[in-house]
Amino acid sequence: MNRSQPEPRDGSAPTSPSRHDGDVGEVGKGPTSPRRAAASPPAETLRRERAASRVVAAAFAVSALGAAGFATVYATGGQTQLEGLSLAVAFAGIALGLGVWARRLLPGGGHVEEHEPFDSPPAEVRLTADELTGTESPLRRRGLVAALGLAVGALGAAALFPLRSLLPFDRERPVHALRTTPWAPGVRLVRADGTPVRPADVPAETVLTVFPEGHRDRGDVPAFAVRLDPARFTAPPPGGDLDGIVVYSLLCTHAGCPVALYLKGTARVLCPCHQSNFDLLAAARPIAGPAGRALPGLPITVDADGYLTATGDFTAPPGPGFWSLK
Amino acid sequence: MITRWLVRRLARTVDDRLRIAPVVRRALVKVFPDHWSFMLGELALYSFVVLVLTGVFLTLFFEPSTAETTYTGAYEALDGSRTSAAYASTVRLSFDVRAGLLMRQTHHWSALLFVAAIVLHLLRIFFTGAFRKPREINWLIGVTMLALALFNGFTGYSIPDDLLSGTGLRILYSVTQSVPLVGEWLVFLAFGGEFPAAETVPRMFVAHVLLVPAVLTALIAAHLGILVRQKHSQFPGPGRTENNVVGSRFWPGYTARTLALFAWVFAVTFALGGLVQINPVWIYGPFDPAQASSPAQPDWYVAWGDGALRLLPAADFRVFGHLVPSPFLPGAVLGGVAFAGLYLWPFLERWRGGDGLSHQLLDPPRRHPARLGFGVAVLAFFVVLLVAAADDIIAKVLRVPVLDVLSILRVLALVLPVPAGVVGYLLARALLRGGGRGIGDVTRRDVRSVRRLATVGSRGDVEEESSTEGGPSTEQPRSTGAATGPAAGDGGPRIELWRERDGTWRWRYRADEVTLTGNQGYLSRPEAERAADTAYGNLPMLEVEPPGGRAAVVAGAVERAGRAAGRVGGSLALLVLAYRRRRRDRRR
Repeated sequence: MNRSQPEPRDGSAPTSPSRHDGDVGEVGKGPTSPRRAAASPPAETLRRERAASRVVAAAFAVSALGAAGFATVYATGGQTQLEGLSLAVAFAGIALGLGVWARRLLPGGGHVEEHEPFDSPPAEVRLTADELTGTESPLRRRGLVAALGLAVGALGAAALFPLRSLLPFDRERPVHALRTTPWAPGVRLVRADGTPVRPADVPAETVLTVFPEGHRDRGDVPAFAVRLDPARFTAPPPGGDLDGIVVYSLLCTHAGCPVALYLKGTARVLCPCHQSNFDLLAAARPIAGPAGRALPGLPITVDADGYLTATGDFTAPPGPGFWSLK
Repeated sequence: MITRWLVRRLARTVDDRLRIAPVVRRALVKVFPDHWSFMLGELALYSFVVLVLTGVFLTLFFEPSTAETTYTGAYEALDGSRTSAAYASTVRLSFDVRAGLLMRQTHHWSALLFVAAIVLHLLRIFFTGAFRKPREINWLIGVTMLALALFNGFTGYSIPDDLLSGTGLRILYSVTQSVPLVGEWLVFLAFGGEFPAAETVPRMFVAHVLLVPAVLTALIAAHLGILVRQKHSQFPGPGRTENNVVGSRFWPGYTARTLALFAWVFAVTFALGGLVQINPVWIYGPFDPAQASSPAQPDWYVAWGDGALRLLPAADFRVFGHLVPSPFLPGAVLGGVAFAGLYLWPFLERWRGGDGLSHQLLDPPRRHPARLGFGVAVLAFFVVLLVAAADDIIAKVLRVPVLDVLSILRVLALVLPVPAGVVGYLLARALLRGGGRGIGDVTRRDVRSVRRLATVGSRGDVEEESSTEGGPSTEQPRSTGAATGPAAGDGGPRIELWRERDGTWRWRYRADEVTLTGNQGYLSRPEAERAADTAYGNLPMLEVEPPGGRAAVVAGAVERAGRAAGRVGGSLALLVLAYRRRRRDRRR
């Protein structure tokens, strides 16, 4: 026991010169440090210690209550707010108790540890280097090392090939997939619920989101139809118009968010992600924000049954740009 | 004293098999600096623990698939609706799994805290020059962990397949796709096809719950292992040199403190998780490429990227007829440059005038005005970007057109870093000249004198500085010690050695303003002398009587409890003895 606690613990040597000369009270960081307390009368110190112990014990008790509270809340059906609160109380109790314990009842600060410089003795360095590159070292056969390097390099290169499996081989190749969509001549425009659209259904005050029939879930197909006044066009719509009905890709040419906010009156659409604005009267050119290219248009006609139908793919690849985009 | 007996018994059992006592003793007496900023890394560590624990719980209920399914459960607004399995299981674990919402929200909150703590820790390391030799490796590991934390945060909030995160994912897809030459293949390989591919969510899930956490755990281990090997750096101060660490010993003071912090992190994250709603995916709805939520803001730690995407004007350009789309610069280049800068900073700084020496004493930030100014400028830039991610909200709150907000922020992003950096630089110089403790102590005279920008050498009139600055004060003990000589009993810095009653040797450093006790006991006097010598160089050493009394107060409470327990135990033992004697007597 003495080995771990070398100092005389009852302060039985008050006359020892080192006791007041030591004046270790100066070491501590703050007035609450126990070593500062060592300088004050023992009775006062004891009182403070007892008070601190009481706080610690109370905090741990509160923590236990919190834990019990959590268990109770959980067992009786659970309630998120109470669960969180009771768990927080349980942890905060432990935290507070440990914190007070550390500050009031345990020594803090005042210690120093040596920090040896970070250079090994030169002899040690030399011996290690000799071990690595000495006469027996395989590194001396440079030709063989080079051959090994070739083998490992080839293996590493070969190991990259399976990365190609990340794109399943039955999928379209990237550039082709990005350039084309299922929109094609004769594909009907349908709403989100799959019902086809007549020209009369296209609103003038808002945009109608449309999809190619049978391809609702593809990411590159969403488009919107809107009725505009052809007299106000300042540039012809790329996909043409059908008595003022124009259809554009819904995907912003900046980062692919749907440009779902229609500012009626000005006939602009706005992307909610990065605030790109497109002027539908001027062939959906970007007029503000970070988008750099116009929305691709969709050429449409009316089929024999009176429904809107595409006459081809978008006039340009929809959505954000890519390296091979002409 | 049953605990003491148990601990000793256990320690003996372990030591008999591992012979680990010397290692454990050294670990227990390891000295940790007391400055609060050294707790930031621990904050990150403990939020990581919360993340792992709550994350394991979530993993048991989350279904990483975009296969269509029907949600049926307690959340009536979505009951019976067709959604992806990922989304349905997220809603289910929020409403139908008891304590699930608490775990999910706590997970999200602790993720925010995790990245915040890493960033603050990084700023501390940066501004105090703690990345300098020999700590470059830990800087590189730390920056890597920051990148992984950002990545894992992003994958984490993307896998529920809700409308908000799906939009974020769409943006990330576009950014990846914008990379010249390889972007198309890169994005198709990474996401498994054209957006939205069914492969994406399972892949992000594996990265989120397995790959990245595993790598993070390994890196944390390396980070801490290197920290222990290299020991802590410390701020300059009395008795602190390049060859020692001053602070609290790990056991017991620091243990209690760090465990308290650990518990605080749990308390705060669970309180937030229980009381403050975060990422309510059931309100956003399932992802649909034809819909977007507005306003849409990502988590704060990726918001700078989103802000940059908003701020940069249309910047499509062509290279040899090929398109480089506008998301490339703010999305890929900015992040790449930022992280390349972080990775390279220690080496850049050494190349531009660093000394290439090992540093254990930290720079107070003012000591390196150029670094401070540059750091503040970069910080200002990123803060503007971060704010820009909320431009639509700002516009709504201030009732001004969002495009005007955008224009102002564009100007701010370009302009603000300059004055911010200059102010940082000048303040550092003023503090350096004035020698005050903080910004509050800067006088007008200091600022004016900085404007002269005289050579750094002309500091003759600022004598006070030497007491607060690192270099001079660390030199002080050695020089004065040598001057006064070993006979100097009082006042001059000296090393005092003593022999404890149990035969171990200890030492302490004593100077006017401070007394620092060596952190461990030594079995022989030369060992103690060597340690003191390493820590303080050639200070006069004198043997003294063992200083007593200190432990008395600390042990008081323990001792009383011990005595009480001893009395009880003693009487019990007596009882047992008496009982046995009686039995023996009876048998006779």
